Amino acid sequence: MKEINELNLPDNVRYTDDHEWARPEGDKVRAGLDDYAQDQLGDIVFVELPRVGDTFKRGEMFATVESVKAVCECYLPIGGEIIAVNRALEESPELVNKSPYEDGWFVDIRPRDPSEMEGLMTNKACLERLKGAK
Amino acid sequence: MQYLPHTSDEISGMLQVVGVDDLDDLFSTIPEDCRLNAGLNLPEALTEWELNDHMDALSRNMAVSPEYRIFLGAGSYEHFIPASVSHLLARSEFVTSYTPYQPEMSQGTLQAIYEYQTLAARLLGMDIATASHYDGATALAEALLMAARITGQKRVAVSSLIHPLYRQVVKTYLRPTGLEVLELGYLENGTTDITALDDIDGLAAVAVQSPNFFGCIENLQTVGEKAHEREALFIASFTEALAYGLLKSPGAQGADIAGGEGQSLGIQRSFGGPALGMLASKKKFMRSLPGRLVGKTQDLEGNRGFVLTLATREQHIRREKATSNICTNNSLCALAAVMYMGSLGGTGIRELACLNRDKAEYLKKGLKEAGCMIPFDTPTFNEFVFSFPAGCKDAYSRLLKKRIVPGLSLDTYYPELSGHYLLCVTETKSVGDMDDLIRGFRS
Amino acid sequence: MKGSIGTTGLIMNEPLLWEKGREGRCGFSLPRRDVESVPPDRGLIREELDISDLSEIDVVRHYTRLSQWNFSVDTGMYPLGSCTMKYSPKTNERQAARKGFADAHPLLPPGLCQGALKIMFELQHYLAEITGMDAVALQPAAGAQGELTGMLIIHAFHKMKGSQRSKIIVPDTAHGTNPASASLCGYHSVPVKSNEQGILSVESVAEVMDEDTAGIMITNPNTLGFFEENCREIAKIVHAKGGLVYCDGANMNALMGTAHMGKIGVDVMHLNLHKTFSTPHGGGGPGSGPVCVRKELEPFLPVPRVAEERGRYFLLEDRPESIGRVAAFHGNVGVMIKAYSYIRSMGPENLKRASRLAVLNANYIKESLKGYLHLPYDRPCMHECIFSDEDQRASKVTTLDMAKRLMDYGFHPPTVYFPLVVHGAIMIEPTETESKDDIDQFVEAFKAIVNEAKQDPDILRNAPDKCKVRRLDEVAAARRPCLTG
Repeated sequence: MKEINELNLPDNVRYTDDHEWARPEGDKVRAGLDDYAQDQLGDIVFVELPRVGDTFKRGEMFATVESVKAVCECYLPIGGEIIAVNRALEESPELVNKSPYEDGWFVDIRPRDPSEMEGLMTNKACLERLKGAK
Repeated sequence: MQYLPHTSDEISGMLQVVGVDDLDDLFSTIPEDCRLNAGLNLPEALTEWELNDHMDALSRNMAVSPEYRIFLGAGSYEHFIPASVSHLLARSEFVTSYTPYQPEMSQGTLQAIYEYQTLAARLLGMDIATASHYDGATALAEALLMAARITGQKRVAVSSLIHPLYRQVVKTYLRPTGLEVLELGYLENGTTDITALDDIDGLAAVAVQSPNFFGCIENLQTVGEKAHEREALFIASFTEALAYGLLKSPGAQGADIAGGEGQSLGIQRSFGGPALGMLASKKKFMRSLPGRLVGKTQDLEGNRGFVLTLATREQHIRREKATSNICTNNSLCALAAVMYMGSLGGTGIRELACLNRDKAEYLKKGLKEAGCMIPFDTPTFNEFVFSFPAGCKDAYSRLLKKRIVPGLSLDTYYPELSGHYLLCVTETKSVGDMDDLIRGFRS
Repeated sequence: MKGSIGTTGLIMNEPLLWEKGREGRCGFSLPRRDVESVPPDRGLIREELDISDLSEIDVVRHYTRLSQWNFSVDTGMYPLGSCTMKYSPKTNERQAARKGFADAHPLLPPGLCQGALKIMFELQHYLAEITGMDAVALQPAAGAQGELTGMLIIHAFHKMKGSQRSKIIVPDTAHGTNPASASLCGYHSVPVKSNEQGILSVESVAEVMDEDTAGIMITNPNTLGFFEENCREIAKIVHAKGGLVYCDGANMNALMGTAHMGKIGVDVMHLNLHKTFSTPHGGGGPGSGPVCVRKELEPFLPVPRVAEERGRYFLLEDRPESIGRVAAFHGNVGVMIKAYSYIRSMGPENLKRASRLAVLNANYIKESLKGYLHLPYDRPCMHECIFSDEDQRASKVTTLDMAKRLMDYGFHPPTVYFPLVVHGAIMIEPTETESKDDIDQFVEAFKAIVNEAKQDPDILRNAPDKCKVRRLDEVAAARRPCLTG
């Protein structure tokens, strides 16, 4: 497992307490699991994603991620409607490990309330939180 | 006592290491008010030789062949088990090994169960089979729960010609979930009446057994089409797995899930258990399947090996969200089944199944000629329903006195068929045995 | 004997069953055909059945070779916590294989099966006596099914009282089958934490117990190996709000002849015949999980009940308050016969002695390995003890690595990563059938491994290397499952 200073926490996304990330891209917001989460889980074997058209509130469980020995629930960083899911994860769940912020994205959301983004942490705040937890 | 190896010297030495004076001191954390006041009130220990005598006497107080000719099926079938299978199954390494959670030292069990999964899937015409469930009844119950999980619907339609005891187990399992169980009636020809399905909405599954409890072969293809038309999953149930050595498999007739009993495949009846719950499904339902699954993989050096996989469905990881609570299954019975199927081979299974059916046809014909009634004209496998000729009193008890058990009375399960019996014949009965039954009921 | 008992020997590679065979071979003596062939309608006949034709020797060599790839209790020690991998006496196999039992049809008229019914009736009594409960049902086919049966009984009890409840309290040390069984019954699990001593405290249960809680599921001794000392008080709290106490009896091997479950406050519990009562594990089953209840819950037990009147035994089906059937027939009678034989062979004194020696063995291992492995709770244990991999963290060696290396030394690893409350848990249950010699060898092996972890951790990370296969790629098996050949 990585040391805290080895983690990749880019500054163009915002983070939740549970280690999901959200990145605004024009009208939509793309979300996924951050580097800390994928590193802790280890080799990911299966990702269960919602259907296009499903709606969730912020903080509601929208996906599950499985390693060989564990299941992790993922909570939506901001509320809204799912407008796209990353089908590539069906065949290649390892993309979440290899490229958590790019190829390993989970869903695209049409946000109900874009101001919810302000409630999320910057990468610096996320790092501080991890250091504090240690 | 031969199973307790400690000598008193060893015990003293160990007590010293632990730092207590007496074995009693090891139980100091058990409060007085939680303890037994006296010794256990159980019979004194028997020597191995006394146990043999005791159990020998008890086992003689049981009706089995060859003293008795027992024409009973109804979910438990008499088939010959080759000496080779019994011998292999007695190997310590299979019998006294644990669940293969540490795969490197359990490759024997793992490969054998992978082979069982494969042969079971082929027999049933399905894509995947699990590593076993307790029996046909619980396999069916799990299949129905699985269908409800997959479809999100709250209602299931179950044929009244599914084994009555299986239907009771299904009720027990489904009652706490709030799932509604609707029963489908049957037609004059002894098969399930599916017309009621046209008026039922919100169905998760339709379950039909074939051969059914009356021994009749159902048209699973038609049932499957109707189920899919109603947007429900089609579950095929069975009690006599050997039938599929001859008959069209559930998978070939459109079944989404098959859940039934595999005891016929080399497992002794043992007064009803342990048995072999077989559960199989189409590939797309893989992650909803309850029960253990063995998968093929490679080791560090690229050698083929086998492991338990998709464990995240199971209780030890998912806990309350598991697909089932099953932990211990009937692994050794699955092993017996693969050894049996391997010994018979595809050719042998077919021949044995044909022989079973032919024996039943001979008996059916003979009974008809002797004046008995066969109420259902649908083709059967190795079981069928009959009644003695009208006015022929006490035929059943007359035969019992001759040490022949002529089937199972349907009185308790189907009161409308009072006076009828479910008769089973397998390859274990000779023409002589059958003639004794045919001739024996009159005098 | 010096040195590791694990070694390599000549074992054979063996293909998959369908990679062998030749069309036309036969491994079965087909019975004589004395009837005419009456083929059914073509439309009913199946597609080609793809199962290879093998000779008897093909099948015998195949499974003999496969068996040699397995470790088993008859090979060596399985110190698996909460599994009670004790020795399975061979006479039990002989008894269950007797023709009168093995060939018996379950639906025989009662007059024709008195032998088996008598065994079942007596076993019901023996298990009631051993647990201190009042009535026993033998049908559940495994512990988990026993738990479900117990949950259904609790559900039926509350229904009868007119107060259906939605929750059940489950300690953080519970086996995964506990919340899974509760869930199957529609109950929502409410977790409760064990205290610093590794047992449940009265306060933590009192905090969550209310009138919407059906009861509590405890394991006693718990999965940390400790007797739940506060059980009577806890039972009082649960009972005071109308709840029931379920006990997972998997760890009964610590208590035979000493504890009285009824006095502890248990209302309903299950036993595992394949644990405490020596029936073999069969590579994963079959087992048997009888349910034992207090008198007032007897009407809810599953059907059929085995009853006796004037020396005649019979099955009772008509029990209006019963939760119904959980098995098509009577449960795993073949397994029950083995447990019955065990109880008759041991007798009351030896059963008690077995539990006492099981607890001695576990405490002896705890004291012997203390100081080599981190002991999260340094207090007397019952029949199992728990260590963790905390001391190996500096070398980046995990519980998994140590477990895999134990195989090379000729031992099955203990239970690992359970219970979840101890990070990297190593749960060791030797049982009473391991001699001091075998336990000393186990302790020496573990000490050697702890040393290897410091000197040359890569040996552990690459272990095992003496088994049939090296470490297997479980990730690939889960990502791209291949479940049939």
